[in-house]
Amino acid sequence: MSSTWIIVALILGFLVVFQIAKASEYVAILRGEEKTRKETNRINAFLLLIFLIVGLIGVFYCNERLKGKILPEAASEHGERIDNMIWITLAITGVVFFITQILLFWFSFKYQEKENRKSYYYPHNNKLELIWTVIPAITLTILVGFGLYYWFQITGDAPANSQVVEVTGSQFKWEFRYPGADKKLGRKYFKEITETKGNPLGQIWSDPDNHDDVVVSQEVHLVVNRPVKFVINAKDVIHDVGLAHFRMKMDAVPGIPTTMWFTPKYTTKQMRDKYGPDFNYEISCDQMCGRGHFSMRGVIVVETQAEYNAWLASKPSQYSVAMQANNPAPANNNAAPAGGTAKADTAKTTAKL
Amino acid sequence: MSNDATIHVHEGAVTHGVHHDGDGHHHHKQSFITKYIFSQDHKTIAKQFLITGIIWAVIGALFSVLFRLQLGFPDQTFPFLETIFGKWAKGGKIEPEFYYALITMHGTILVFFVLTAGLSGTFANLLIPLQVGARDMASPLMNMLSYWFFFLASILMMSSLFIETGPASGGWTSYPPLSALKQASLGSKAGMDFWIISMAMFIVSQLLAGLNYISTILNMRTKGMSMTRMPLTIWGLFFTAILGVLSFPVLLSGAILLLFDRHMGTSFYLSDIYVAGQILPNEGGSAILYQHLFWFLGHPEVYIIILPAMGMVSEVMSVNARKPIFGYMAMIGSLFAICILAFLVWAHHMFVTGMNPFLGSVFVLLTLLIAIPSAIKVFNWLTTLWRGNIRFTPAMLFSIGFVSLFISGGLTGIWLGNSTIDIHVHDTYFVIAHFHIVMGVSAFFGMFAGVYHWYPKMFGRYLNNTLGFIHFWVTLAGAYLIFWPMHYMGLAGVPRRYMDLTLWTSFNKFGDLNRMISIVTIVVFAVNLMFVFNFFYSIFKGRKVRTTNPWGATTLEWTTPINPGHGNWEGDIPEVHRWPYDYGKDGREFIPQTESVKPGETKH
Repeated sequence: MSSTWIIVALILGFLVVFQIAKASEYVAILRGEEKTRKETNRINAFLLLIFLIVGLIGVFYCNERLKGKILPEAASEHGERIDNMIWITLAITGVVFFITQILLFWFSFKYQEKENRKSYYYPHNNKLELIWTVIPAITLTILVGFGLYYWFQITGDAPANSQVVEVTGSQFKWEFRYPGADKKLGRKYFKEITETKGNPLGQIWSDPDNHDDVVVSQEVHLVVNRPVKFVINAKDVIHDVGLAHFRMKMDAVPGIPTTMWFTPKYTTKQMRDKYGPDFNYEISCDQMCGRGHFSMRGVIVVETQAEYNAWLASKPSQYSVAMQANNPAPANNNAAPAGGTAKADTAKTTAKL
Repeated sequence: MSNDATIHVHEGAVTHGVHHDGDGHHHHKQSFITKYIFSQDHKTIAKQFLITGIIWAVIGALFSVLFRLQLGFPDQTFPFLETIFGKWAKGGKIEPEFYYALITMHGTILVFFVLTAGLSGTFANLLIPLQVGARDMASPLMNMLSYWFFFLASILMMSSLFIETGPASGGWTSYPPLSALKQASLGSKAGMDFWIISMAMFIVSQLLAGLNYISTILNMRTKGMSMTRMPLTIWGLFFTAILGVLSFPVLLSGAILLLFDRHMGTSFYLSDIYVAGQILPNEGGSAILYQHLFWFLGHPEVYIIILPAMGMVSEVMSVNARKPIFGYMAMIGSLFAICILAFLVWAHHMFVTGMNPFLGSVFVLLTLLIAIPSAIKVFNWLTTLWRGNIRFTPAMLFSIGFVSLFISGGLTGIWLGNSTIDIHVHDTYFVIAHFHIVMGVSAFFGMFAGVYHWYPKMFGRYLNNTLGFIHFWVTLAGAYLIFWPMHYMGLAGVPRRYMDLTLWTSFNKFGDLNRMISIVTIVVFAVNLMFVFNFFYSIFKGRKVRTTNPWGATTLEWTTPINPGHGNWEGDIPEVHRWPYDYGKDGREFIPQTESVKPGETKH
């Protein structure tokens, strides 16, 4: 019902405005078009000045209202680098923003049409143009310099002691695989995927490295202050592992494994103590992936080594889960994939680890 | 080369007397159909592009209002939606598929159909022959075909809205595998085929148009109109056409490969896929290949959108500040630099696809280089205003608004182009805010400036000024209210293309803000509908133009009659003697380009 009223109100408002606008044309003719034009010129010039002032206040007000709602401190070292880069860029672009916007609206107001004013014929000035080519160039060099310095730190190789976790996105869930005691992820091949038979990731059971791998879904546990390297895959369409609190992001592309590493600095518990019990390290899918895209949520639990060990110990290996599911004839499942089907891309996956 | 040879206009039969040179004098009597529908007159084709663009803009904007209803009021139902859209809005709530179809079509329509075809289609057609002094385009027939291919593309895209499984819904970028796999999404069924074929038609239209624009500008300038005497609008449109001709074919190839993957069992983009319980046979393709092909067009595309706007703003600003544009050669140089760099930065859309970080760093450098020509342009516009004698026509206000928005949106480009920051804000509302301000709203502002400024030339009447001022002020304030706070949402990591944030403990803090944004969106939409009304009303009832040069401008289009016929000038095409920006020189208000240079004149 209320939408009907809104539409009625809009139509009425429209009619009123239109009548006024039409009348203003007749009034202008009665009063002399040139006179009216000069008057509206003054009004618009004044409004430009007002817009500048209100706008600047608005920028300040918006910042006051919203600055508390952007994320708490970065929870990884990479995140700190990214935040630094944001501050540097904000400082530089902020200065340029205020200078140019103020000049734009101030000049517009100041040099509005006046009876006795003559515009100044000023077609070019090489010196000025050189100045505002060189200054932006220097500034950008600084920004590129800082940016790439951080970029190579973030995208460089993961430290040798990193924990490796495989992340797999599919419509619309996250699955994670831990390498188990042998610290090796077993080989896999997408044609081995049988969700009903306990093999959601297509692990090749004939590879013994697979036998102790643990697969969990939706929630991944990490150890605080220990670097972690995600090896990222997708089963169906492109997804993206978005970790807002760690300031990290990497696409999950079917057929092309990607990697990313970072070091979590605070446990989930520490963050909850600081920012309230609702706090979660969430994994958001940041690449459009279909109807459930907005609900493709995973959670990272960062905890101490002891808590982590206890949690992992409670999880059965996927091999044992699969063997149980296929209890009547586990051998059938084993026979087919052995050897031959492990193709080039599987080798690629394992080679990267 | 003069095109007098191609189209010669008889005095006294200006509006009808088009005849092709060669043997015999043979008149085409123009019927309604040849004059208004299958017209080869560049001015009529411009109007066709503009009006089709306006229709698309209303539809595209309406879609944004619909999805803003969902974003602003996620827990409310709107029964009228079910009345109109049936199963797509069961119980008055937008279904996810419908939501994604809406955002996909909003993007496709506005980027391609409105801001490419509607913007450069309109103003390249209208202004190139008029401002370079030609009777028509190099090939009026190709020009007509370009509109009709666009029309065909429009029909296809429009029909896709009505098919059972809905239109394409994988985002305006249509990344495979999502767009390639029918099992992955409803919109990837028939809707996606319509999208691809419609885009193919659209690309044909753009190529026909672009080749025409380039050859007209290079070959058909009137006597004395050297390249450096062309108004900046023409330079903007010239580079736009070059960008389009060189990059659209790449999108076409990308789209055709996608069509093959969808229907012929090829694996260009597909590998290792297990979807909806089914293992697909495809192996060896690369989903990332499509992104390279797409963005090789996709990035130049944003300059295809913004360069004509820059050109028109430069022209309108100079006319209304009564002052030459500052740094004419620097303006051309920066357009040229932007045009070259546009081809070298596409991968900055792909920093987080797993691309080699070193390659990424090269694209960071090239991307941030674009800020230099952009900065030059901004400073030159500011200097053009400095010590001017400014008349605030609606066109001038929109030009000033353009510069303000271009600054705001351009500066956040420096954030996003830096891969380190992009990791965090990639695919968040920060990106939405950035590109809506810098190429969405500001290109619209350029377009509005153009429409208000050249409306008298198009229709021989003025738009209503009061409505124009309301249109400008509400749209400018609205644009900032809508998009400025979105930067904060982006810094909070809120991903784009999420129809509901209530599920997320990190992102669910923006309820009030989203409500405010949605309300402002509706207001801005209503005010822009008022502009559309003003546009059509004024064609028939607007104040009549009584002088050939209402703005006191120097350029050639104002030397034509108020309602020029096909062929533009009665009698000979005027000769050009000077650059187009002699405003306020030697104590004179303005000196038309057609006036010869007197001894002792100030040099520029």
